[in-house]
Amino acid sequence: MKCIYLDHSATTPVDPEVVTAMNPFFSMHYGNPSSMYSIAEISRDAIEQSRSTIASFINASPKEIYFTSGGTESDNQAIFTTAQKQKHKGMHIITSSIEHHAVLYAFQQLEKEGFDVTYLPVDSYGIVSPSSLQKAMRSDTTLVSIMHANNEVGTMQDILSLATIAHEKGALFHTDAVQAIGKVPVDVQLMNVDLLSSSAHKLYGPKGVGFLYAKKGTPFSSYLYGGGQENKKRPGTENVPGIVGFAKAIELAQNRSLDDHQHLQNLATFLTDGIQNLVSDVLFTGHPTQRTPGHVSVCFKYVEGESILLMLDSHGICVSSGSACTSGSLDASHVLLAMGIDSATAQGSIRLTMGRQNTMEDMKAVLNVLPEIIEKLRKMSPLC
Amino acid sequence: MYTKKVKDHFMNPRNVGSIENADAQGEIGNPQCGDIMHIDIKVENGVIVDIKFQTFGCAAAIASSSMVTEIAKGKTLIEAEKLTNQMVADALGGLPPAKMHCSNLAADALHRAIQDYRRKHPEVE
Repeated sequence: MKCIYLDHSATTPVDPEVVTAMNPFFSMHYGNPSSMYSIAEISRDAIEQSRSTIASFINASPKEIYFTSGGTESDNQAIFTTAQKQKHKGMHIITSSIEHHAVLYAFQQLEKEGFDVTYLPVDSYGIVSPSSLQKAMRSDTTLVSIMHANNEVGTMQDILSLATIAHEKGALFHTDAVQAIGKVPVDVQLMNVDLLSSSAHKLYGPKGVGFLYAKKGTPFSSYLYGGGQENKKRPGTENVPGIVGFAKAIELAQNRSLDDHQHLQNLATFLTDGIQNLVSDVLFTGHPTQRTPGHVSVCFKYVEGESILLMLDSHGICVSSGSACTSGSLDASHVLLAMGIDSATAQGSIRLTMGRQNTMEDMKAVLNVLPEIIEKLRKMSPLC
Repeated sequence: MYTKKVKDHFMNPRNVGSIENADAQGEIGNPQCGDIMHIDIKVENGVIVDIKFQTFGCAAAIASSSMVTEIAKGKTLIEAEKLTNQMVADALGGLPPAKMHCSNLAADALHRAIQDYRRKHPEVE
């Protein structure tokens, strides 16, 4: 059975060109970048070249890019170390109620450690209003972290407005851009952010590598103890093949972003219209236009998400869900609940995120089976 | 993650639906946790002659509902009362640990239906 992969917000297949770029750095150029001899220089140069490629892609200086193991580590380092380093200035920090757990749980931990945390609400589209941030800002606020694009519903925030408000009160601004980079333009100068997290495997790069952008002069520090790598901000031997692959993925994104954007938009529109026409009692979630391309999130009333997911899987179609069962907790997705969607409806959520390789045929295949799956499950449902 | 038996009962659930003029009904769960199970029974001479379910929930919830109806059909009320959620999970070849509490409530729904029947028919053993 052909696999129709529609979960690109979870991860993406590594692009063959990325694999080719990485290959020499496993068994041929394996030198430890910290070593003195010449083969190490090849690794060192590859890292610095990758750093430059990535820096120019987001309009940063190479010295402002710190390689990490991925989005979670970048988020954790940005949040914990800046909050701790600015403790003398204040203990109030702000985030939104729809963050990825890598941010949300970091804030909850800081709360346990005595920080005062404000979780900003969102509207029904998942937008954080600049005025709510304005109201929440205090003289002792030191850090604001609000995600660029939401993983579950695709909604994008007006980062420039939010960052400007944070700066007016002297606070730092961090954004988790894991879902945005490679899909929409990300320019740290235009967005006016101090810190930004990214991960390679969301944009056809390898798993296990990411970066933290930290604007020159930002008070952050190493989160681990060890060697002096990454300008003493991130100890540990660098993941050279991963870093090289990340840079290649960024390069490909740069070349293809316009084509990708249009293609993904077309697929999402076709799928959304199809679902709307073929299935009753559906609720599309997230902002209709201010969202990442190729992202469809929808709740099917009276049925549960895991059941839809598994029935689609039996047809070779891979999607994800925000139901309690699939979120690994006892409640449905905190994102959907924060957007004011009732629990029962949120249980029926499905996320379909398209990628470069998907075709209109894939969308048609989904529309071919989805209506009957929903009908079958609704026949079983006592809520119908 | 799920056993073959769970997948079979999930993809081809037995005894789905409701019974017209059911003798008794039982329901358990709530939409917040994502599982609601509803069971209808028809009883003759103390024996469950027909049983149907409707379930809102994950694969484990649907499969355990289907399994409980299969086991209970043809059993006396006294026999059916002895069924436990654990027995239903065992009959399915086991359920993932995370599903044992929230989604494995089918026997409880059946017990509620039997309680409902006994309330209406106190004379039956």
